[in-house]
Amino acid sequence: MHKIWLIIKREFRTRVRKKSFLILTLLIPLFFAGTIIIPILIAVKGEDSKRIAVIDESKLFIGKLPDAKGIYFKPLELVKIDTFKQKYQEYGYAGVLYIPDIDINRPSGIEYYSKGRASIMLESNLNRQINDVIEKKRMEVAGIDRQKLDEVKSDIKIDFRSGDEETKGSSAVAYAVGYSSGFIIYIILMVFGMSVMRGVMEEKVSRIAEVMISSVKPFQLMMGKIVGIAGVGLLQFLIWGVLLTAIQMLLPLFLSADTVHTINQGGAMAQNANNAAMADAMEKINFIVGSINWSLLISCFIFYFLGGYLFYSALFAAVGSLVNEDPNDVQSLTFPITLPIIIGIMVMISAVQNPNSALAVWGSIIPFTSPMVMMARLPYGVPGTVAYWELALSMIFLVAGFLLTTWLAGKIYRTGILMYGKKITLKEAAKWIVRKG
Amino acid sequence: MNLLEVQHLKKYYATHKAVDDISFDIPRGSIFGLLGPNGAGRTTLLRMITGIFYPDEGNILFNGRPFNPQEDIHSIGYMPEERGLYKKMRVGEQALYLAQLKGLSEKEALEKVKHWFNKFDMNTWWNKKVEELSKGMQQKVQFISTILHNPSLLILDEPFSGLDPLNANLIKQEIFDLSKAGTTIIFSTHRMEQVEEICDRILLVNKGKKLLEGQVQEVKQTFKQHLFRIGVGVVPNFAQMATHHFTIIKQHDHAYTVKLNEDSSTNDILLHFIRQDIPVTHFEEILPTLNEIFITQVQKTEEYA
Repeated sequence: MHKIWLIIKREFRTRVRKKSFLILTLLIPLFFAGTIIIPILIAVKGEDSKRIAVIDESKLFIGKLPDAKGIYFKPLELVKIDTFKQKYQEYGYAGVLYIPDIDINRPSGIEYYSKGRASIMLESNLNRQINDVIEKKRMEVAGIDRQKLDEVKSDIKIDFRSGDEETKGSSAVAYAVGYSSGFIIYIILMVFGMSVMRGVMEEKVSRIAEVMISSVKPFQLMMGKIVGIAGVGLLQFLIWGVLLTAIQMLLPLFLSADTVHTINQGGAMAQNANNAAMADAMEKINFIVGSINWSLLISCFIFYFLGGYLFYSALFAAVGSLVNEDPNDVQSLTFPITLPIIIGIMVMISAVQNPNSALAVWGSIIPFTSPMVMMARLPYGVPGTVAYWELALSMIFLVAGFLLTTWLAGKIYRTGILMYGKKITLKEAAKWIVRKG
Repeated sequence: MNLLEVQHLKKYYATHKAVDDISFDIPRGSIFGLLGPNGAGRTTLLRMITGIFYPDEGNILFNGRPFNPQEDIHSIGYMPEERGLYKKMRVGEQALYLAQLKGLSEKEALEKVKHWFNKFDMNTWWNKKVEELSKGMQQKVQFISTILHNPSLLILDEPFSGLDPLNANLIKQEIFDLSKAGTTIIFSTHRMEQVEEICDRILLVNKGKKLLEGQVQEVKQTFKQHLFRIGVGVVPNFAQMATHHFTIIKQHDHAYTVKLNEDSSTNDILLHFIRQDIPVTHFEEILPTLNEIFITQVQKTEEYA
């Protein structure tokens, strides 16, 4: 036991001390944070006080375009668009909105000129306001009373309830959570599995294996490596958890308080109909996110991460022990292991759309695919979508599965790691499993 | 008293018999040569003695008791033929790690490693990565990590491969010193000249079978061809050399290689030369080198096979 601890320590330390570990661990959350923050920054920052010149030849919009947050409309008369669009910047305008003399039944030819591309927010803002004005005008012409119309409009939202306890939930949220956790498990299996395999190959190719085996049992060496690398993974998750929390807390420093308020509540822009819908959606998401059983989900995630990792990493170790100097061997030998993982991700993608299909249920029970598929189904609810017996069976199978693969892999590993120079086929390796001693 | 007794050891693979009924004893404190061509079964034999493989049949007694790999492995130092170190690891850490895996505490390990690094003048290497060292330097680190835990049995498989003559000499001297201090050493090789210089006893194996075993001098006596070299002051004529006591094998200037015929003694050879009044400058028996014995014995088994 003492020796396996020494091996775990070494495997853990050598990896954690590498510069690449630090860089990768810090860069990945920054990358994710960047993909979330930067678009928000661009979308929001694009809006700070713009003066837009309006040349309205139809005279339909005079006084009907209200200044919204950061956008000021300046109606101009007696200017020609052809000349003005060359020099609007000199007058301090961010852009020119040109409305030709249009027929309100078939409006066309409304244009907006600006130097760079207009931001999405501005685009939707302008579209909405123009449509608003035209709609009102049409109603007037058709003799429809605006107030009456508002009265008859319906705004009902159906509550989606699932499971025996009728937990409110939205399948969109379950989809997103299920898909991302299934995908993360997939990445973990591949990245850490390959890491185990490379570690074993390194020991074999550098010929330290036999030196080690004269002090420790092959099984200890293999398990020490597997556990050590699992430790690296857990540390990485821990750091990411801390970093993400920190970034969330530091977010107000990067964005103005107002913007954060906008993002968090969706309330600041609520005076606009669009934004009201957005705020509503935000509220709904908050409510639904609250409806997911996070503690169950997180503990299941850790279980399936560890279970899946242990299940596959032993197989990756066995393959690493078969590889000789020829790197081409790696591809042909890893194929039988990466194949079920890839099948797993495919079943996962189908399961997240249809979590009750037979494929999804069995995929979440069979240990080859269960870590990915079960994580895709779990957010849909336990025991609503995933029955307790399914979860229990899946967990028991996964534990039994990794005990079996570890045992099989140990048999291949201890022979493979001492075979030099010769190319070993999977058929030969399979024979080592049944061989005595 | 034997440190190691190997009795009827067998290890069969699907396609061949790697070790086929081999028995031998190794007296405590001796240097034992395990000889054989490549693929003779030496590595398999050593892997059984070091507990890496379990024998299919037969017994190994270590210190008079049945070999228990779990415990006895701490009394064995094994430097395999296929050897290496973690390339990215620092030299000092690596030595400490290997010492601890041999059962030393962290403190003991540090003491031992420092002692040997001092002795081999390697202190400046401590923080270097293994891959920064030359091949010879790596071999030194490898050798030290094998003997750090004061093994009572030291097994060296081709220890001099990859070493320049200077470093080879250093290691050789260390082998003698360890032997004097009571360490029993198994020296596995196919390089005979080193065996003759280093070993007390040898075991020759081929195709998994034992060909011969014994003291180096005994073995040479057993396989001697009764050849003698005799030097002469004056080259005799053909008639002077006619005798039934010996046959001339070779003549080179003032020296003859002769083979003693049956029922004759060495003195008969000398008497013949004296009677013919040929002045003798020197006279010696030619013993076969281990290399010659090795080659003839191995070829013999190849023929039978």
